[in-house]
Amino acid sequence: MFLKLVPRAEHSRKMAYLSPLLAGVLTLITGGVFFYLQGHDPFFALKTMLYTPISDTYGLAELCVKTTPILLCAIGLAIVFKAQVWNIGAEGQLLIGGLAASALAVNIIEVEAAWAMPAVMLAGIAGGALWALLAAWLKTHFNANEILTTIMFNYIALNLLIFSVHGPLKDPDGYNFPESAMFGDASLLPILVEDTRVHAGILFALLAVVIIWVLLARSFIGFQIKVLGLDASAARLAGFKDKKLVWITMLISGGLAGLAGAGEVAGPIGQLVPQISPGYGYAAIIVAFLGRLHPVGILFASLLMALIYMGGEMAQIELNMPLAITGLFQGMLLFYLLACDVLIGYKIKFPWSGMDTVTSRAEQH
Amino acid sequence: MNTPTVSSNPDRPKRLVMQGITKQYPGCLANDSVDLDIGVGEIHALLGENGAGKSTLMKIIYGVVKPDAGQLIWEGETIRIKDPAHARKLGIGMVFQHFSLFETLTVTENIALALGNEADDMKALAEKIRSVSARYGMALNPQRYVHSLSVGERQRVEIVRCLVQDIRLLILDEPTSVLTPQEVDTLFITLRRLAEEGCSILFISHKLNEVKALCHRATVLRAGRVSGACIPTEEDASSMARMMVGDETPISMDYDKVQGQAVFLQVRGLNQRSDDPFGVDLKNINLDVHAGEIVGIAGVAGNGQEELLAALSGEDIIKNHDAIHFPCGPVGHLCPEKRRRKGLAFVPEERLGRGAVPDMSLKDNALLTGFLTGLIKNGMIDHEGTESFAKKIIKQFKVKTPDSGTHAKSLSGGNLQKFIIGREIMQNPQLLVAAHPTWGVDIGAATAIHQALIDLRDQGAAILIVSEDIDELFLISDRLCAICDGALSPIKPTPQVTLEEVGRWMAGMFDELLPDEKTPEANIVSLQSTAAAVKTH
Repeated sequence: MFLKLVPRAEHSRKMAYLSPLLAGVLTLITGGVFFYLQGHDPFFALKTMLYTPISDTYGLAELCVKTTPILLCAIGLAIVFKAQVWNIGAEGQLLIGGLAASALAVNIIEVEAAWAMPAVMLAGIAGGALWALLAAWLKTHFNANEILTTIMFNYIALNLLIFSVHGPLKDPDGYNFPESAMFGDASLLPILVEDTRVHAGILFALLAVVIIWVLLARSFIGFQIKVLGLDASAARLAGFKDKKLVWITMLISGGLAGLAGAGEVAGPIGQLVPQISPGYGYAAIIVAFLGRLHPVGILFASLLMALIYMGGEMAQIELNMPLAITGLFQGMLLFYLLACDVLIGYKIKFPWSGMDTVTSRAEQH
Repeated sequence: MNTPTVSSNPDRPKRLVMQGITKQYPGCLANDSVDLDIGVGEIHALLGENGAGKSTLMKIIYGVVKPDAGQLIWEGETIRIKDPAHARKLGIGMVFQHFSLFETLTVTENIALALGNEADDMKALAEKIRSVSARYGMALNPQRYVHSLSVGERQRVEIVRCLVQDIRLLILDEPTSVLTPQEVDTLFITLRRLAEEGCSILFISHKLNEVKALCHRATVLRAGRVSGACIPTEEDASSMARMMVGDETPISMDYDKVQGQAVFLQVRGLNQRSDDPFGVDLKNINLDVHAGEIVGIAGVAGNGQEELLAALSGEDIIKNHDAIHFPCGPVGHLCPEKRRRKGLAFVPEERLGRGAVPDMSLKDNALLTGFLTGLIKNGMIDHEGTESFAKKIIKQFKVKTPDSGTHAKSLSGGNLQKFIIGREIMQNPQLLVAAHPTWGVDIGAATAIHQALIDLRDQGAAILIVSEDIDELFLISDRLCAICDGALSPIKPTPQVTLEEVGRWMAGMFDELLPDEKTPEANIVSLQSTAAAVKTH
């Protein structure tokens, strides 16, 4: 026998926090080996991917821009995942949010009043929330598995968006390009730092982190959500309404993903285009787990994920690597995280450590 | 119950000898150099509380678990039992506490599955089942589907499944916990006949009177170690109990029986169809629980207890709102939270994973049902208030735990149950409904829980206890009844009922007492169950 996994008497809290770090280190090592096999100096390649993109002010500003949608989606997912409702549809909810925001924005291009931007944001929230509520309705009324419905809704959302930019929302003066008209200035998110693209969306995201944190840690609704996720029959016994909680969590997560979409079209992009997200909604799933469903953890994980997106682009430019490298790193990170999470419930028993280690551990209890 | 006819004979040849058996689980030493020997034709009791290591030991004999140290000597030869198939080949049969039968198959098909290739001719097998079951006084029709059998009959299938092979050692894990007292007597007759023919029997139990009535010798386990061995007929129940629990734990006491005051819970004509295809429909349940009394409901598991409890707790909503009344009015349509607001507290059967969230701290688990006691302010949790509520429960009910931050799952069953009962009682309920309050709990904790229930009763609360443990119900109930196939027997003051009468109620023989109150449908049902019960005896 080689290594053996032995169940721990109790889940290790230390390992729960160490596991994401360990996964990060293993991803770096594997990535380095991978670069080496491709004929690059692994240290230079990793530096190009993970340091060069943020080595100047512009890079740091871009990191904020990329972090914003990922963080908004992931913080929303934290709350549904806590309830063990598996919303895999943040991507679709983001797209519909962007679509709804654009539908309003192109109709108020002339408006210069201050309400324009908040109205566009609200339209995005409403769009994303509605899209999530469809899945919530299917789950609570027909017991349809939300993993399947939300994934399928992602494709419907993408095609709705493509249809809209080719059809009803296409700019009449746009030489038939599949793009909407540029939004009016009043509809756009204000720039926070001059000469960069950092926009007010990051403030919404940080505000969402604080609100969700308070909700989960201090509010009774948050407590009910946690109980539902950990032990549904205890929630029923206590009289918590599970259907209501499914609706609430889906509403929050869909709304935040929709806000992320609105922030993209009314932020760095400024119009509706077919490509408003390079898979932010999917990356947010990895981020939510990497951050242990904790708001602070998710904040850091979002920054890392944004960096991987930028690093992928940098690797494309500097090292002539394909853009798929972003997906590769995301995949490795998730893979290693899931593998390392096994160590929360199990410990490795080495062939040279016999019975005595097990016994001594038992005596501590 | 009869006393055993065969006296113990220390010189009879040994069938199985276990020496120094040790088994380590993570965080728990389940067996610590256990010695045990069983003679040919001997009925040997393995006594101990839940968690004493009985189950691990018999799984080692049956090849399910491998010991870390120690040896097994089977009929004079040292062996290693590889797996249950190997054990069966040696002639070891086992009847688990939870049956492993396919409900949609017949008795013969179920037994054929266990036999594998040996059971090629189904007709011959059916004939064999018939003859074996007749020989040992266990009526069983090989053609019946398992889902149509009573729990007692299912146990017979499990036993017959062992008997159709060449059986030399039969292991029974708490076989009487699912039987009525009359069924227990029938089982004992079978076991005695088997032993007379030379089969060895390992009888695992924590019911001392049964061990006294049946077994030739007993080995007592406590915390994984052998804490004593004795000849049960020469001991009394309390001396064996001492071996089981040690010297420091107080063992049972007697409580006064009282009469209740005004009616608090009133159930009238409660009919509820079960959504579960294998569930039990409730049939015209009528029940009053008065303030200041304890009403006990006996019954074999799976006779409608779960359905009745769900109807009372509010987890199931009742179509006829009037069927369940509190003094404030009908409550059948109210959700659990609203019923709690009107004075209900509830202790469910499963303590981990319903009564308490395993992965939450005791503090959070105190909030789980305690949130109505002013711990929520403007939708926000009063963390300090919750903390002190949890600490009060821990202190008052002597819950053994490092602190209120400990996860519920790391508490022992008895401690967690004390915490859950404490949590409900501390909310000053006017009605407490408790399911199996001391199931799987050590004797010390059980005594503490009984005392807490009696104290709550004396403060004027109405209490309803559903339990499979008849001794417990006789001990603490002021009035008693039984449930069978979704119908409730008459309720009588405890001093006026005998064990035999409760046994008859548990078998469904009570329809003649309430002829005018029953619907025609209910009459048919109870006639059927009476017929079934009569047939089986």
